[in-house]
Amino acid sequence: MTTDTAVTTPPPARTENYLRSSYGIKSWLLTLDHKRIGILYLVMTTVFFVIGGVFATLIRLELLTPQADVVEASTYNKLFTMHGVAMIFFFLIPAVPAVLGNFILPIQIGARDVAFPKINLLSWYCFMVGGTLATVAIVMGGVDTGWTFYTPYSSTYSSFYVPLALTGVFINGFSSILTGVNFLTTVHKMRAPGMTWFRLPLFIWAHYATSIIMILGTPVVAITLLLVALENVFGIGIFNPDLGGDPILFQHMFWFYSHPAVYIMIVPGFGVISEVIACFARKRIYGYSFVAFSSLAIAFLGFLVWGHHMFTTGQSMYASMVFSFLSFLIAVPTAVKIFNWTATLYKSSVSMECPMYYAMGFIGLFLIGGLTGLFLATIAVDIHLHDTYFVVAHFHFVMVGGMVMAYLAGLHFWWPKITGRTYSEGWAKVGAVLIFFGFNLTFLPQFVLGYLGMPRRYHVYPEEFQILNVMSTAGATILAAGYAVVFVYLGLSLFMNRKASPNPWGAKGLEWEISSPPGLHNFPATPIVTKEAYAYEKDDVTPADPGVSDEGLQIPQEEHTEA
Amino acid sequence: MSDNFPLFPEQASTFAWQVDYLYFLLLALSAFFAVAIFFFLVLFSFKYRRRSEDERPRPSEDSIAMEVTWSIIPLILSLAVFALGAGVFFRMYRAPENAIDIYVVGKQWMWKVQHPEGKREINELHVPVNQPVRLTLASEDVIHAFSVPAFRIKRDVVPGRYNTMWFEATKAGEYRLFCAEYCGTQHSGMTGRVVVMEQDEFQNWLSGGASGETMVEAGARQFQQLGCETCHKESGQGRGPKLSGVYGHTVELTTGQEVVADEDYLRSSILDPGSQVVVGYKPIMPTFQGQLSEETLMQIISYLQSLE
Repeated sequence: MTTDTAVTTPPPARTENYLRSSYGIKSWLLTLDHKRIGILYLVMTTVFFVIGGVFATLIRLELLTPQADVVEASTYNKLFTMHGVAMIFFFLIPAVPAVLGNFILPIQIGARDVAFPKINLLSWYCFMVGGTLATVAIVMGGVDTGWTFYTPYSSTYSSFYVPLALTGVFINGFSSILTGVNFLTTVHKMRAPGMTWFRLPLFIWAHYATSIIMILGTPVVAITLLLVALENVFGIGIFNPDLGGDPILFQHMFWFYSHPAVYIMIVPGFGVISEVIACFARKRIYGYSFVAFSSLAIAFLGFLVWGHHMFTTGQSMYASMVFSFLSFLIAVPTAVKIFNWTATLYKSSVSMECPMYYAMGFIGLFLIGGLTGLFLATIAVDIHLHDTYFVVAHFHFVMVGGMVMAYLAGLHFWWPKITGRTYSEGWAKVGAVLIFFGFNLTFLPQFVLGYLGMPRRYHVYPEEFQILNVMSTAGATILAAGYAVVFVYLGLSLFMNRKASPNPWGAKGLEWEISSPPGLHNFPATPIVTKEAYAYEKDDVTPADPGVSDEGLQIPQEEHTEA
Repeated sequence: MSDNFPLFPEQASTFAWQVDYLYFLLLALSAFFAVAIFFFLVLFSFKYRRRSEDERPRPSEDSIAMEVTWSIIPLILSLAVFALGAGVFFRMYRAPENAIDIYVVGKQWMWKVQHPEGKREINELHVPVNQPVRLTLASEDVIHAFSVPAFRIKRDVVPGRYNTMWFEATKAGEYRLFCAEYCGTQHSGMTGRVVVMEQDEFQNWLSGGASGETMVEAGARQFQQLGCETCHKESGQGRGPKLSGVYGHTVELTTGQEVVADEDYLRSSILDPGSQVVVGYKPIMPTFQGQLSEETLMQIISYLQSLE
């Protein structure tokens, strides 16, 4: 048993943490607690991550040789489609905001919950309905359009349960919108006294920017999918050239959402990285306001660059040039973030614990993802690289090297807070290192393949590309092993009785001033904020002592014997 | 085509070195920034590693000058690369006047090529070296993309419209042709080769075989068989406008709009005649949607282009 029992007078009616305040399936499925909804999302996004990962494994296995040997062409096409759909719509988009954001955002601003708890639960149900429909589409026969659903292939030539999967994506979109509405309102209306805008942790700024994108962007993809349905049902020519429609219009509308969606995936990750770096460098994030506003700048510019996915479609030359120009502008706020994170480490106090491993990995991999984005923004180079493995490698560096690393950084950072348990630091470092090297070995060869001209979504390929593909598959194996390690020790931590202290990292931020796991209503009394975020240098650094909570809130440690 | 483990694609067109030069410039810039950031990350992590649990670094003040500096430098570099990339693209976009025309149709899952002289091929494209070639691209079904990595060019082949692309091969040889836009089950089988020949060899190749009919001749035959000339009379007295000299000129529509009668206009006037009726005429022409293959359409349009 642990020894960290802090016996003080138990405050009335507040002894139970959120995990033990009620029991039973119903208490979870009908919960209005933002923390429990975060856990619901954590469970389901993990399920989709595993599903998407299994598809990825089969893809890499098939690509080990130039011939078709593991699966046939039509199966392969379904595999990469469902890999994309599962990962993008049901893991990458919801993971950081709906899991970490749901759990941490209200606590970080000193609120008891989000502004609309019922809508928050509704968003999870939209996610579940959407996810279920997409899963049914997979099980019944699969979808082979690519996650981009380009018309007229998706509308006219492909009948494999495309409408069902599209309905799933459509409904899932509402979960994003509802989460965005909730976060915006919560940040505006529910900040604790003294939590001024410029005292907000950067995690909040990042989610604020993300919420704007969710609210403005997601309806467009919903409209697009509705138009596809209208065309199919009523024969109104919108995208189908045989009916007088324009298939390129679909791409415009699709990317008007899906490019900003890339920022829905990555911007919350920026917020996580800021939290982690500040904590493990014990320093305020350098250029706080520039980092905060760069998130908003990226959110805004992100809406103006969709056409860079369409340089080869034959869109007007001048349109392409404008899109290229605006895409280059995004490099600036992105670079500002990376420079500021790096500068934060200057004359700091760096402690390399597991979340910091992931944060450092994030900066390195996201940097490469961003820099290779410049290759693709350069129109003439993009013409050569478009639809090749260079693009595949680029967006995996941003999505997996960036977003997934940030997610894992945040998950490891807040795991003690969320679950009240600590994990094995040694195994965590092993997992992080495996993931980092496995990832690089998987995707660095794909840049070379792409410049050589190997097109993406190819089931068989010319022999001269084999060695690089073998390297990539070898890397994917290591990557998968790394993820497996993480699953195992995080899973085991739940069953081992290693209780986490309220503030195991000596971090700043309201979430570290309450017990681990938090009580049902987060705070026994509304906290009053008197300091800026990341006040690491200014006064008493909270020692990483178990059992002592910080800042006068004096919430007793939860102490329960294992059930 | 190449050895077993290539790391860099062959350069076989006038664009290749221009794109590669941008690529190396970007590689150099990226390497510089990546190495610089990695260097500082590692340096700071070691140099400022936490030496005791109660270590507390001194606060550092934000510096506007610093932020502006590291905003401006990437901005200037980005815009410079943008300008260079846009410049090369500008040259890629417009074919030179002396380009020869070749017509390409993409369909699930093959490439069909017609030369104006009548020669046809499937999944192969023969072109002369050192001669600009303009490809007019059409699709019978879904979106494809015509991609020749050794030339560093690619263009989508979109149903319902013509796209064009051009290149000038610089080296005789055989190069891989890919469909780059996912187009269905056998997408990865929609490949072929581009054969670049010396000019005299190409002329021999072009005149070989037993095709006989040129594209213009084939188009004229179709024009007659489909009965187009019952309305589109040479005299200009028919129920439809006279078609000589229309191509490349401005026509006024019943909507009052003025459009240039290019390939796309001619194409949509055949398939969807009611959409763009020339002023002074009635929308009585029947649609030929679904009755003509893209190849036949290209022949008819070639014929219309040939009418002075």
